[in-house]
Amino acid sequence: MGVLSTVAFWVLAGVAVVFGALVFRVDSMARATYCLAASFVAVAVVLVLFRQDYLGVVTALMMIMEMAIMAVYMVMFMGMNPALMPMSMVHGRRTALGLSVGLFVVLTVGVLLVPWPSRRGTPIADVTRALGESIMGPKMLVMLTVSPVLFATIVAALVLAMPRGRYDRLGDDLRRRPPTDPQRGGVGR
Amino acid sequence: MTGGVTPLSAGWAPVVALVLLAGAVVAAALDAALDSVPAGRADRARPGRRRTVTAAVARLLRQRRRVPVAADVLLWRIGVAALPVAALLMAAVLPLGRWTLVDWPVGVVWFNAVDVAVWAAVWLAGWGPNSAHALIGGYRFLAQALAYELPLMFALTAPAVAAGTLRIGGVVQAQQSLWFVVWMPVAFLAFCLGVAGFSVFGPLSAPAGSDIAGGVLAEASGVDRLIVLAGRYLLLTAGSGFAAALFLGGGAGPLLPAWAWMALKTLAVLSALVVLRRRLPVLRPDRFMEVGWLVLVPVTLLQLLVVSVVVVAR
Amino acid sequence: MSLPAVLIVVAALFCVGLYGALSQQVVVMVMMGLELMLNAVILAVAAVLWFLAPQIDGAVLLLVVLAAMTVEMAMGFAVATVLHRSRQSDMTDMAADLAG
Repeated sequence: MGVLSTVAFWVLAGVAVVFGALVFRVDSMARATYCLAASFVAVAVVLVLFRQDYLGVVTALMMIMEMAIMAVYMVMFMGMNPALMPMSMVHGRRTALGLSVGLFVVLTVGVLLVPWPSRRGTPIADVTRALGESIMGPKMLVMLTVSPVLFATIVAALVLAMPRGRYDRLGDDLRRRPPTDPQRGGVGR
Repeated sequence: MTGGVTPLSAGWAPVVALVLLAGAVVAAALDAALDSVPAGRADRARPGRRRTVTAAVARLLRQRRRVPVAADVLLWRIGVAALPVAALLMAAVLPLGRWTLVDWPVGVVWFNAVDVAVWAAVWLAGWGPNSAHALIGGYRFLAQALAYELPLMFALTAPAVAAGTLRIGGVVQAQQSLWFVVWMPVAFLAFCLGVAGFSVFGPLSAPAGSDIAGGVLAEASGVDRLIVLAGRYLLLTAGSGFAAALFLGGGAGPLLPAWAWMALKTLAVLSALVVLRRRLPVLRPDRFMEVGWLVLVPVTLLQLLVVSVVVVAR
Repeated sequence: MSLPAVLIVVAALFCVGLYGALSQQVVVMVMMGLELMLNAVILAVAAVLWFLAPQIDGAVLLLVVLAAMTVEMAMGFAVATVLHRSRQSDMTDMAADLAG
């Protein structure tokens, strides 16, 4: 790796860690959420530096999308407005700080003590194609596991979050037309 | 395997930006010209009352910026500035005839990631000014985005699957014999709807609707307003460019050089979007949400299935 | 830049996330802490992939981490919604029914 990418890495690493820490420091819900998004985008660019172009761009895509939605949830559920009424929303702060710092020390010492082996093999030329062929070929089991898990997640999350079922919409005998919905949809169900 | 396009050096970036800006100015001028023509009296439009782009830009540049009480100015400015930046980042991977700024192997995914970044930009532009109407505009945009984004993603997947590459240059080259719009019209329409969506334009302009006093534009004034409005036209232009590259064969065409065909096709899509804006009603976000999930997602998935079957059988 | 340097950055990111996940009271903020920890995991996998074993298996593992983040987010939002509806609250302390 050249000097340029080393400098880029350290800048991005700094952005990722600093914005990650700012998430728990800033007083605004929107700022906290978008600090996390900035941290993710920095890591995504590091992924591109490591020649994982596809996964880097997909990480940035997913995380910006997720943080845009996260901001809505923050505003919706955060029971108070920290900008108007600053108050502490933390518990067990000293324990948490101690544990985190302790873990950081342990991990750092571990990282420095382990004799890391040198690289085996050469980087793949076209990682994106190789990844696609791998999950549709030898690693298909991964895909076959991930997809039902994601589908089950969609169903489970909807079941948990939906306050109303079909009896609320269509009445006890399921005959009410049109159904009572808080918002009429666009296809006239 | 560069897909027939030559990457340009980074020094050409301002030129690409100017080309994009030119497209946006043409779109804005067409929009303003259509606005000043009263319906059915095209021959008697009075030039003195015509709203021109230059006049609007000059007026906004002179206007004082207003900042509402307790606005989150930092986030607001980021959201406003991100709109034109996103358009430029899209244009960076777009093949302009035989040249492109960055010939990235994951260009299609990059385009998608940047159009998702517009979610954040519009919401921040709505959140920043600390105004109810602007915030409602931001929420409307997210609701709409959830409805148009998945169809847009599947529409983007179709040309990539057909071309067997995520490189935009490769997708353009795969259309030498037959334009993709011919055998994936549904994906093309869903893509154009997505372009209107992330440009907050036409039928999907409810986040900036007049019923909520301009929505995300409600508090923007002066230079801020100019940047948001310009950003919308820039995004529309970049999106039209991608429609031309992904579905209309890019620079392919007889007689004229590739860049001219690319410009012509982009302007054609752009003009069609601007003209159609007057023919189509603004969709209500709550209604459009259900249409997006129950109609557009299955239809684009079916389109993708057809494309995949054709690719396998070919 | 070497593998230990990147892994120390990973450790820092992970520990900031851990601090958040342990100390925050609001469910959505706890989720942000978890996300930050997963962010660190992504960086760690990418670093090991680049510096030690540039094979495709690691990239598949990255894909799995991304899927895990999706699941975490979807279920987290669903649980936050349920909690808010049933308790009018989004604090983890209010949902400690099973605590001994």
